[in-house]
Amino acid sequence: MTVRPPVRPRSGLRRWSVRHARLLEWLYEHFETILLRGLRPLWNALRGTRAEKGVIVVEQGVKGLLFDCRMCGSCVLIATGMSCPMTCLKGLRNGPCGGVRADGSCELDAEQPCAWVLAWDGNQRMRRNERIAGLQAPLDHSRRGTSSWLNKAAEWADDGSH
Amino acid sequence: MTAATDGDQQDSGRDPGAPLPPLPGHSSRGRLERVLRRGEFAVTAEMDPPDSADADEVYQRAAVFDGWVDAINATDGAGANCHMSSVAICALLTRVGYAPVFQISCRDHNRIAIQGNVLGAAAMGVGNILCLTGDGVEVGDQPQAKPVFDLDGISLLETIRIMRDEKRFLSGRKIASPPEVFLGAAINPFAPPVDYRPLRLAKKIAAGAQFVQSQYCFDLPMLRDYMKRAVDQGLHEECFILIGVGPLASARAARWIREHVPGVHIPEAVIDRLAGAQDQIREGRDLCIELIQQIREVEGVAGIHVMAYRRERLAVEIIEKSAVLGGRRPWKRQQAGQA
Repeated sequence: MTVRPPVRPRSGLRRWSVRHARLLEWLYEHFETILLRGLRPLWNALRGTRAEKGVIVVEQGVKGLLFDCRMCGSCVLIATGMSCPMTCLKGLRNGPCGGVRADGSCELDAEQPCAWVLAWDGNQRMRRNERIAGLQAPLDHSRRGTSSWLNKAAEWADDGSH
Repeated sequence: MTAATDGDQQDSGRDPGAPLPPLPGHSSRGRLERVLRRGEFAVTAEMDPPDSADADEVYQRAAVFDGWVDAINATDGAGANCHMSSVAICALLTRVGYAPVFQISCRDHNRIAIQGNVLGAAAMGVGNILCLTGDGVEVGDQPQAKPVFDLDGISLLETIRIMRDEKRFLSGRKIASPPEVFLGAAINPFAPPVDYRPLRLAKKIAAGAQFVQSQYCFDLPMLRDYMKRAVDQGLHEECFILIGVGPLASARAARWIREHVPGVHIPEAVIDRLAGAQDQIREGRDLCIELIQQIREVEGVAGIHVMAYRRERLAVEIIEKSAVLGGRRPWKRQQAGQA
């Protein structure tokens, strides 16, 4: 028998988030429309100021608690069933590798559920569950540690969309 | 033994190492794409890479497959163990006319190294590339290594497709002469989440996969389910699907593989059949031959990919006995001194 390592406190909420993917999807869509897009000029004014750090701390706190967020700076939770793909030990953002164990655990750590098995579960609970089929571009590693929320607001400002 | 027909000698030029003349609608100038697009049932095989700097070892290992397969896969640090590099093996193989499949694993190279290697391989005449995510370093002989995973299997496909079709690097910088390559990926119809697997194939096709080679198949009903869903979506018309096969040496070996090799699914019935046999090696061979014959009949399957780690001669025996080539003889090297 192998000794079970202590379960990280965050992992419980990670599964809760996947089970409540539909609620979180609804919350995020409103958050995106009202706060992120509506207050876009404010967010973009914050970039590069000391207040940016505050946004990062809040984002890290909230998403760390709910998703075990790794602050990649290019959040795709809305397309991954609210299971963070950066918690995959290979950091795969386009789906599971071929090594997932028969019981749905990770090939590299049998104690962990595969992040993509969770993602598929969460995705099936979401309203817009076609987003998981979209291709994710290679991760921009220069964004690590920055705020995804601010990055999104900046992208909208760049392409002038509303 | 089938007599050699002139068959696939049509797929060779004057100089064995030179790319074949371009054909309309083909992305590569290699033999594998020609065989598949002609509608032949293709056979590819995996070569065990040497732990050596000796080119002759590569040629000796490839010679076992000579005249029996349409392409030879050179693995890229399979199982996170270090061997001669895939790109070098492929470059050596093209010199004498073999059609290699250059496997790239995202575990060991970042996007800068990969794009450079793709150009280099294509310049050496490599016509096929298989894009893999790769096993984690934890399962290999050097778990202290830093895992890279800058790209994943799908973004790797897309990267090379962009280089070939849009003649540019990921950065947008122009490529003067793009790599003419036939792009492949791996699939595993037998790993969870099973419902997601056909969608994942569709995603790989969207990213650029023109052929796929699967993980070992030991479970025919599972394969049939997967292929039915793929065929219903028309995926077999957009991409050539090759199914992975290989002989099991014994019930004990099968259990070991199931527990230790990531992603290999072996049903209990298969292990029971081996355990009940007097000669388990023979039973493993016969089981593999039967599977190949059954896989060949599954709608949408375009070929098989034989993986027989360190048992290449047995692999060739299986290809011959299963009659999977249907009397066709793949390209064979004309060696000096032979008639």
